[in-house]
Amino acid sequence: MLEVHDLACLRGDRVVFSGLSLRLSAGAALLLTGANGAGKSTMLRILTGLLRPAEGAVLWRGEDIALDPAAHAARLRYLSHQDALKPALTVAENLTFFAGLTGGSVEAALDAVALAPLADLPARVLSSGQKRRLALARLALAPVPLWLLDEPTTGLDAASVERLGPLLAAHRAAGGIVVAATHIPLPLPDAQELRL
Amino acid sequence: MRAFAALLAREIRLALRHPADTLAAVLFFVLVAALFPFGVGPAPETLARLAPGALFASALLAALLPLDRLFGADAEDGTLDQLLLSGLPRGGIAAAKALGHWITTGWPLLAATPIAAALLNLPVQAWGAALAALALATALLSLLGTVGAALTLGARRGSVLLPLLVLPLAIPAVIFGAAAIEAAAAGLSPAPFLLLLGAGVSLAAPLAPLAAGAALTVD
Repeated sequence: MLEVHDLACLRGDRVVFSGLSLRLSAGAALLLTGANGAGKSTMLRILTGLLRPAEGAVLWRGEDIALDPAAHAARLRYLSHQDALKPALTVAENLTFFAGLTGGSVEAALDAVALAPLADLPARVLSSGQKRRLALARLALAPVPLWLLDEPTTGLDAASVERLGPLLAAHRAAGGIVVAATHIPLPLPDAQELRL
Repeated sequence: MRAFAALLAREIRLALRHPADTLAAVLFFVLVAALFPFGVGPAPETLARLAPGALFASALLAALLPLDRLFGADAEDGTLDQLLLSGLPRGGIAAAKALGHWITTGWPLLAATPIAAALLNLPVQAWGAALAALALATALLSLLGTVGAALTLGARRGSVLLPLLVLPLAIPAVIFGAAAIEAAAAGLSPAPFLLLLGAGVSLAAPLAPLAAGAALTVD
């Protein structure tokens, strides 16, 4: 479903990576690993369509995503290294805003990351791990076929990383694709690995 | 449409949670208006002559205050990426931001207009025209300011650049707005000037969000 052809990326005058090709079918998972600055986050941004590659193309079901960025945006969920939370809003209000953009049930999503008991607290009092879980709750809103995760486990405790397992497994069982940049092992059985 | 409503509702909710930003703009407006009597002396006729222009200049400067954070806060915490991927067209994001700015800054300024008008000794018969003209002018400034905010997003010293970009474009609003108030103070109809202001708003309402949306880029 997701194909990458001969991708190259420049940062300033420096080539971050080039000649990158890969192919992911329904239910596949890809781990992006590599040293800091190897281009993992840049690669994910290119896959979202927010960043244009210097060379090459990203194809979804054989069609270049640059042809219809809005359609591509509608089928993906992107978790950047920023949590995109407003400290002044409560946990539930933060997620309600994203549910307004994408659809889906706020209660079910909070349950999936075990944040339901904190729903009425302002996001500014959350710990960094709890903020990350709230950002992850966006994945459990409406189902989409492509998840792009940038260091999804930053700040998470072991129990929360484990809780991510069923969420990822259910997504893949439904035919979804996961691309995750990470430094630590994720609960993603038989994932391909790409070292940048 | 649902995404537009969600974004607008969040803008208003955030403004209610952080009333200091809105309050700062309103107090700035009243204080600048209060400076004029000190500068030109308390003679009522001189003040009333100055009042329309002074009212407009203070209101527009006050409305500019929150503009440099219009997209900046969302860009810094990653929300802008999510908005750009939300399926809401870029013009729609800009339109929601402009409307949000008008509601959270323009409306409170309108509420404070009687105070500023009294400080400037504006004749009471012109207060209605002043409110109508300011309502239109702040709407125009919100639209133009959204373009400026999108253009200066990520620029160094963006907060200095923004007024330099936006204020020259707001000159027609000051001319027609002040003229409407003067006409009402002189017992004439302010309608022609208000209609011209309205024409400016109707022109900017579709065009400014499109321009701002085109200028919205992330790194």
